[in-house]
Amino acid sequence: MTTQTTTPESPSTPNPGTPEGLVPIPPAIGRALATGGGALTIVSAFLAWTWTSAFPGDLTVYGYPGGLQVLVLIGGVLTTLFGLASYGVKGLGWLVPAGATSALRLAALGTFATAWYTILAITFQLGGIVNLEPGGYIVAIATLGALLGALALPFERPEPDTADPEDTPRERLVLDARNNIAVIKAAFASGTPTPARKLPAYAEILIIVAVLGLALTVFTYGIGTEYDELFLGFLLTTGFGFAAVAKAGLVSRISAITAKHRNVTLLGAFLAAAAFPFTQSDDQYATIGVYILIFATVALGLNIVVGLAGLLDLGYVAFLGVGAYTAAMVSGSPSSPFDIHLPFWLSALLGAAVAMIFGVLIGAPTLRLRGDYLAIVTLGFGEIFRIGVLNMDGTSGPDITNGSNGISSIPNLNILGFDFGQAHSFGGFTIARFANYFLLMLLITLIVVIVFRRSSDSRIGRAWIAIREDETAALAMGINGFRVKLIAFALGAALAGLAGTVQAHVTYTVTPEQYQFAHVVPPNSAFLLAAVVLGGMGTISGPLVGAALLYLIPAKLQFLGDYQLLAFGLTLVLLMRFRPEGLIPNRRRQLEFHEDAEAPTVLSKTGV
Amino acid sequence: MTTETTAPNTAATGQAVLDARGVTMRFGGLTAVRNVDLTVNSGEIVGLIGPNGAGKTTFFNCLTGLYIPTEGEVRYKGTVLPPKSFKVTAAGVARTFQNIRLFANMTVLENVLVGRHTRTKEGLWSALLRGPGFKKAEKASEERAMELLEFIGLAHKRDHLARNLPYGEQRKLEIARALASEPGLLLLDEPTAGMNPQETRATEELVFAIRDQGIAVLVIEHDMRFIFNLCDRVAVLVQGEKLVEGDSATVQGDERVVAAYLGEPFEGAPGTDEITEVSAAETHADTTKDAAPGKETDR
Repeated sequence: MTTQTTTPESPSTPNPGTPEGLVPIPPAIGRALATGGGALTIVSAFLAWTWTSAFPGDLTVYGYPGGLQVLVLIGGVLTTLFGLASYGVKGLGWLVPAGATSALRLAALGTFATAWYTILAITFQLGGIVNLEPGGYIVAIATLGALLGALALPFERPEPDTADPEDTPRERLVLDARNNIAVIKAAFASGTPTPARKLPAYAEILIIVAVLGLALTVFTYGIGTEYDELFLGFLLTTGFGFAAVAKAGLVSRISAITAKHRNVTLLGAFLAAAAFPFTQSDDQYATIGVYILIFATVALGLNIVVGLAGLLDLGYVAFLGVGAYTAAMVSGSPSSPFDIHLPFWLSALLGAAVAMIFGVLIGAPTLRLRGDYLAIVTLGFGEIFRIGVLNMDGTSGPDITNGSNGISSIPNLNILGFDFGQAHSFGGFTIARFANYFLLMLLITLIVVIVFRRSSDSRIGRAWIAIREDETAALAMGINGFRVKLIAFALGAALAGLAGTVQAHVTYTVTPEQYQFAHVVPPNSAFLLAAVVLGGMGTISGPLVGAALLYLIPAKLQFLGDYQLLAFGLTLVLLMRFRPEGLIPNRRRQLEFHEDAEAPTVLSKTGV
Repeated sequence: MTTETTAPNTAATGQAVLDARGVTMRFGGLTAVRNVDLTVNSGEIVGLIGPNGAGKTTFFNCLTGLYIPTEGEVRYKGTVLPPKSFKVTAAGVARTFQNIRLFANMTVLENVLVGRHTRTKEGLWSALLRGPGFKKAEKASEERAMELLEFIGLAHKRDHLARNLPYGEQRKLEIARALASEPGLLLLDEPTAGMNPQETRATEELVFAIRDQGIAVLVIEHDMRFIFNLCDRVAVLVQGEKLVEGDSATVQGDERVVAAYLGEPFEGAPGTDEITEVSAAETHADTTKDAAPGKETDR
């Protein structure tokens, strides 16, 4: 018999494990307050918030929500839905496999943040609280009530660390802080998801269609936000909304469905993306769309190198440059040293092939290095490309690339008589220049997605992952590490080169300054890597989402000016601290974080 | 010896699968392995023992191409092994590691499929084009991998991440992964380190089953009972040199081996009577003593 130490019960602290909310309101009232607040928020979104249309978005109309009101409305709907689900309303249970409480808290918090941001923005911009109409007050009270109600809901408190009587006051302070953080964390923790009821295949496909439609709507809305306040509100609402939906366990449920119907998802996503230019009346947003696509495609190519094979490549943008320069030189541009005009399919293949050759040339000597050494050497090679191109101007070196002027006036593509520079109309929709390129680039993205998916789910893909996991063991299993890594490097380079061939035509001009390591405008090596890490390594949708965010946020937050890169760095640090697996984690990594999951989650072979 | 040996003494004499001659490994001025000869015949289980730091793992690494021996040569079925570990595996020598080196974030099935790498040919193009040949090869690989998982008893955990397996199953999986490369010789580096007696016993059965499939086994181990139960022949390595080689009885009876492990007897050492007395008292006092005298696993 071993001696047992009895844990001293301290009477002052509440009994650990007792469900209790953060705010001392009875849970029943809290729940009602949260749900009612959500409902009232919906109503108030239809009221006028201010008397003048001086505040952007025209929040003066009764019965028709505008601008930020729409976002608050969405937040209110989410809050109400999760509130009702927490009551156990039939039919809403499917939405919250992991419990509604944390989701309700986050939804209420998001709505509160967006609504109060709007109210404060009105107050400060228009000079005083008098500018608010009754609707403004109502929304402020409703969201505050919903938030307080949601915070009053009970949750399992973690066992606090007990204080040592010999602690100095400073140590006490630290201990208290740590306990408080643990409590707040527990308040937003989600429960274990209940297994989903089996749905018929058509219902699952309908869900996929609905989700893709929603994604397209959100993306289109985000691109189309016209003023800074709206974009900030959009970020707040989508950020908290996504977190709430994720906490409800809905994201993992839907990703399980998409993993089941991968081809349907891929086709649906392609169609949804192809529908994007048709939803835009203005070519301005298609421009953003095509740049995002280029950035995202290259990031996805980099994901093969970084996410699958685990090779940290800091000079990846050089391959995009190789592809772009190759395409520019054979495009018949007057500033190209070669007087050739190849058809696009040939120049695309050529661009990919030349980039692949560069990939092999750079990879062959460097891939014998591991880890940090490889990163440093690739960083060097990326700069060598830029400086080399800069100097091949006829004075410092041979006249090939036209130096810092780059190759300009690259003609528009013309495939089978379809001129990409002209606006075309199809059945009432007008598709202008950038929308044309958007559709072409989408095809390239599709190719890259398929290449990524097929290669990762094969003998070679498994070898890449094995190398990433443990190179020595992989070698001992008979994998020729160098060869396999070189294939990953060359494949990544070829895909970037392919994207570069379209980029050259979209931008009219290619200059060495487009292909730096770090720069304010993506794509550059640092942003590419950030997109991969931010989105989620080893997944397909991760880099696409990461790239979209990393392109949109700097483009929309112009008012930050010089602080843009600072904000970017801060965001990245915070994200890596709180969500190291990225926004869309690989299923592999998800399993890593649920070690004690009872039933084995079936692992799809690639990230979705 | 409490447990009786189940090793049948059949097929002990086959042709040499592994033939290491005069293997010497120097790291700068330090000679880790000095002039070691070792043969493993087909259908044989050979043990390699020695105190810590005797050079057992270094010798293993010389055999598997992780190190290139400074002198000497290693032949597998008559051909000299190439100095690259992946080529050694392709030639037919598979190994496990002292500290488990599974691909932690891959599933159990994927781990075994990686082991099939040398026995399949599909490259990038066939993966991208997905012809009928690709599908057939993937299916065949998966079937073979599942057979191996059945063999070690992990088929029901095919979709678990390797990192989530309990320790003993990780060891087994590592063996299955090595077997997936269809080796003629399997090298096990401390397969029972950190296992309890039941698990050790199960591993013993597993190694016998592997031998019965016609795969020769060379095993490093500290668990003497395990080694002497299992092996047809045992070689003792001390300070980089082979001290003695022979069957269990020869090695166990050899004074130099005892001296190498326990040191020379000193003046006033306790006699046998006192030792039995003390051990009897110890048995009485503590019946639940940890019975796995393996090396501490440094994971």
